[in-house]
Amino acid sequence: MSRIARLLVANRGEIARRVMRSASAMGISTVAVYSEGDRSAPFVAEADAAFALGGRSAADSYLSSGRLLEAAERTGSDAVHPGYGFLSESAEFAEAVIDAGLIWVGPPPRVIRVMGDKLEAKKLMSAAGVPTLDADPGSLSLPVIVKAAGGGGGKGMRVVERAEKLEDALAAARREAESAFGNGKVFLEPYLHGARHVEVQVLGDRHGNVVHCFERECSVQRRHQKIIEESPSPALDSALREEMGRVAVTAARAVGYESAGTVEFLLDAAGRYFFLEMNTRIQVEHPVTEAVTGLDLVREQLRVALGLPLGFAQKDVGLTGHAIEARLYAEDPAHDFLPATGRLEVFEAPLWPRVRVDSGVEQGSEVSIEFDPMLAKVIAHAPKREEAALSLALALDRFRIAGLVTNRDYLVAVLRSEPFLAGDTTTDFVDRVLLERRRAASGRQVADAAVASALWAAARRRAGAPVLGGLPPGWRNSAMPPERVGFEHSEVGEVLVEYRARRDGSFLVRAGGEELSVVVVATSGDSIDLEMGERRLTWRLTVAGRRYFAVHAGLEIELDELSRFPEAVAADDVAGGLAAPMPGKVTAVPAELGAMVEEGQLLVVVEAMKMEHRIVAPRRGVVTEVRVCAGAQVESGDILVIVETEAGRG
Amino acid sequence: MPVLRSRLDSEAAEYSANRSAMLALLSEIETLLASAAAGGGPRATERLISRGKLPVRQRISLLVDRDSPFLELSPLAGYGTNYAIGGGLVLGIGAVSGTECVILGNDPTVLGGAITAISMRKIDRGLEVARQNHMPYVQFVESAGGDLRGGGGTGDIEAQLRANLTHFSDTGRMFHDITELSGIGVPTVSVVFGSSTAGGAYQPGLSDYNIFVREQAKVFLGGPPLVKMATGEDSDDEELGGAEMHATTSGLADYLAEDEAEAIRMARDVIAHLHWRKLGPGPSEPADPPLYDADELLGLIPVDLRRPMDVREVIARIADGSRFEEFKRRYGPTLVCGWASIHGFPVGILGNNGVLFSDSSQKAGQFIQLCNQIDTPLVFLQNVTGYIVGRDYERGGMVKHGSQMINALSNSTVPHVTVILGASYGAGNYGMGGRAFDTRFVFLWPTAKIAVMGPAQMAGVMSIVRRAQAARKGDPLDEELEELRTKGAEEIAERMSLALYATGRVVDDGIIDPRDTRTVVAMALSACHSNTVRGTDRFGVFRL
Repeated sequence: MSRIARLLVANRGEIARRVMRSASAMGISTVAVYSEGDRSAPFVAEADAAFALGGRSAADSYLSSGRLLEAAERTGSDAVHPGYGFLSESAEFAEAVIDAGLIWVGPPPRVIRVMGDKLEAKKLMSAAGVPTLDADPGSLSLPVIVKAAGGGGGKGMRVVERAEKLEDALAAARREAESAFGNGKVFLEPYLHGARHVEVQVLGDRHGNVVHCFERECSVQRRHQKIIEESPSPALDSALREEMGRVAVTAARAVGYESAGTVEFLLDAAGRYFFLEMNTRIQVEHPVTEAVTGLDLVREQLRVALGLPLGFAQKDVGLTGHAIEARLYAEDPAHDFLPATGRLEVFEAPLWPRVRVDSGVEQGSEVSIEFDPMLAKVIAHAPKREEAALSLALALDRFRIAGLVTNRDYLVAVLRSEPFLAGDTTTDFVDRVLLERRRAASGRQVADAAVASALWAAARRRAGAPVLGGLPPGWRNSAMPPERVGFEHSEVGEVLVEYRARRDGSFLVRAGGEELSVVVVATSGDSIDLEMGERRLTWRLTVAGRRYFAVHAGLEIELDELSRFPEAVAADDVAGGLAAPMPGKVTAVPAELGAMVEEGQLLVVVEAMKMEHRIVAPRRGVVTEVRVCAGAQVESGDILVIVETEAGRG
Repeated sequence: MPVLRSRLDSEAAEYSANRSAMLALLSEIETLLASAAAGGGPRATERLISRGKLPVRQRISLLVDRDSPFLELSPLAGYGTNYAIGGGLVLGIGAVSGTECVILGNDPTVLGGAITAISMRKIDRGLEVARQNHMPYVQFVESAGGDLRGGGGTGDIEAQLRANLTHFSDTGRMFHDITELSGIGVPTVSVVFGSSTAGGAYQPGLSDYNIFVREQAKVFLGGPPLVKMATGEDSDDEELGGAEMHATTSGLADYLAEDEAEAIRMARDVIAHLHWRKLGPGPSEPADPPLYDADELLGLIPVDLRRPMDVREVIARIADGSRFEEFKRRYGPTLVCGWASIHGFPVGILGNNGVLFSDSSQKAGQFIQLCNQIDTPLVFLQNVTGYIVGRDYERGGMVKHGSQMINALSNSTVPHVTVILGASYGAGNYGMGGRAFDTRFVFLWPTAKIAVMGPAQMAGVMSIVRRAQAARKGDPLDEELEELRTKGAEEIAERMSLALYATGRVVDDGIIDPRDTRTVVAMALSACHSNTVRGTDRFGVFRL
């Protein structure tokens, strides 16, 4: 029997950590590979060894089969786990791994190839007696969904409701599929309204054993991508569960499946189910299955890859309680779930309710445009579905997150909504059930955050004072004005906080038009515990430059401190310098060195988040410096060009 | 180190009587402080603000480091005189860019910031504090110049002339002192917010760094009318002394600020670039709070100053951890001497527990020498009716022994900080670190009474002298008149001995709330540590 001594994880983020966790528990040392942007990522630090792939983009790093194999060789790895996404469903990569004499942790390349072509897979399944959904080419009945044969993950998918839109949809889907998967083949399937996405986890070994580990329902989706997944499905009774499990095993057997895989079905309102596709890898949402079955699916994958038989039979797989997973994304639900980038200034999971948190990021991580902006998967497991949903909502509420817009508020709203609690989850849930997508802070809460920020900053200044640090804060022996600090909030506007320390150590504070007595119970480097009048509030605080991130009870408030003085204009690169508004790629630089430009004239184009940002001259002047060229990657705040006006810089 | 144990009974009737008397005094002082802060009144302040200017206290608040303490000196200067309370000038010590500075600002709402006899004393005092403690000096200038009114009123001109003992020749020391500061390596910064003309032009002229506010600063020797009279030339303010002109043409301004806030930021930047390093060793001991509540200081000092108070009760409420290592506890018990620390600064404390006798005076002389030997600053806690008088004491050499104490005190080179808690009479005021003895800082509790002797004794002594004179001449004594005279003399003496009377004349650094004693003394000590803290072994000849 062979052994794995060193496992290379050809992936990043949470799944890399997840795989390494099981490997470590089995005594297998781990190797991380990483792109330039992931140099400081936690999964790199946690591996026993790490290899720099170089490159910023996925194509130059995690999708580079050659670099990955080189990494495996150079680090003396003897097995490769692909995780999900990237090359996890590339039969070519699996073959190359095996050809290099390494163990491939996944199904055989042949299986990957068959299942990789969605059309072929459907034919095979149909032949094996698994129900499939097929559009009748003769009489097209709308609506239909256009899908890419070579891909998954919602990419290229389009629902067509009206015949005249079909042509365009096909063309667009082909283009997208071609660029995403290098395969422009698309096909049509009838689109079922009110259907659910139900998938069955299967496990197979090389000895012909195949078992299923029950289903997961992943109907709550936005942009055809899942955000909430659960096991078991509230829509299945035990008979249907047993039947679908059996069909999934049949499907797996039909292709001679090995390792962990997922058979995806569409379940309609009448209880009919149809095969959609089979995913030949570990799924993002596998933890809900692990919660209800007690299995470690990555461990099973590794054991199967070693040629070991499954250590249990179908009758041994039980289902206990109910598990729900929510995917926490850096994205803005209020703006069509557009991905967000930036620095995760605060990121703390709650101690209670106890939930499983699989995350690839930590406080201080940068979320870039290069990769999927998922911050964490949060999984709650409870005896009953409602308990799982509500405890997950509470846990999410208690997460402390600041610096980035996230879908947290929306996830909480979904989990607490009556339709969700009633199990009324269909794939159109997000559009059908209208919920608050982002909690807005009230004026009172913003004023509270401003007071907390001001007093926290005061305590920090006192602690860092080079002289007179031990004396009472802001002490005065005559009638002097109080300390004043102004903040700017994006919605509430300007908030002025005035405070004065009193002899008993409390503060007399005026903020938001109210005067109150505030006792600072405790402060630390990242928090302040306050009694504001009778209200006891604990704020998690951090500051980056002038921006304060105040977090309290599921509420994140960003405040920009207003300067007490006009800004010093000293460095040349500030005066007249035009900065990148967000991280992105420079696509055009019409600005020419030395050229006279008019107000509003286009100087630089930065593409970020698939949007063009046009940097124009703020006023008439001369371009005295051009710091970027087309193709350059820029960070938010980087100076792109400098325009000197006639009356001096700026 | 031994820890003091308080014997104070805060349930006693005397305690609550003391406390309410103290609170009444403090409430009067609070009212006076508010009136000092109001400067020239709400209308003048509104006019100032409407011109885009900031009141002087807001200027200072912007200058000092946020959340840091600010100790105002002589905030009630001018009390009980013909001048405004505060003297139209704010003087204090505060941290600017992490550096303790002497900060001085004209209040343009009071007589246009004109220099009066009171504000002159505060300026001189500010320069003295900067010099003695080697602290950078920042002045906010906006002044109409010298107050030419002479502080007088209408009436008998001859009488006014006779009453006036000041002379122009006696002024101008500030110009010497500000230059001297620069000469001894203490940087001086002037921020000019408005007029600084004629003699006032030399305030920035003699400063190391000048920051002028655009369209506000006006610095020239002679204004347009004077120039017209002198040379016939037509000119305007901006040409003669505008900020822009001085920044671009004359070179008198080193920094040109667009507005007041920018000027203050520039002053902070200047102080920051000094990279100031204090010359003293700084705090070295644990700065844990005293074991006893400072609030109890309010009820400690008896309303009737003749009643005794154990000064250790005060020490127990100002010393770190109430720790106090007492020296010669059983010898000369009317003067308590010992070592402690205040906010981490090691100090030798001398506190009165009664009249000074020969033994207590000698004890003081030895203790002062010991503190000089180990470079330890002295803190005097005054509550003394004087040195003992009487036949036996004179015969026992009281004058010699008192002189030994004064000798040690006068030649001591460690910093001295004095707090007058209650009585401060006669030579007791001198020997216990009085103002006249180059004491770095003198603060008063509201209960302080400073005079050559107690008002009743004073009036009584004068009455005895008068009676003796009358008897010598054989004149009959009008008992009724004598009683009136004695009563009048006592009242004047009483009022002149009050803390407010003293502080109005800038002969101390201000009246403090007893609860703030530890903070105030710590700030004073921290200021002292800006300079070297070094004792001496060179004293005068001790008359042994």
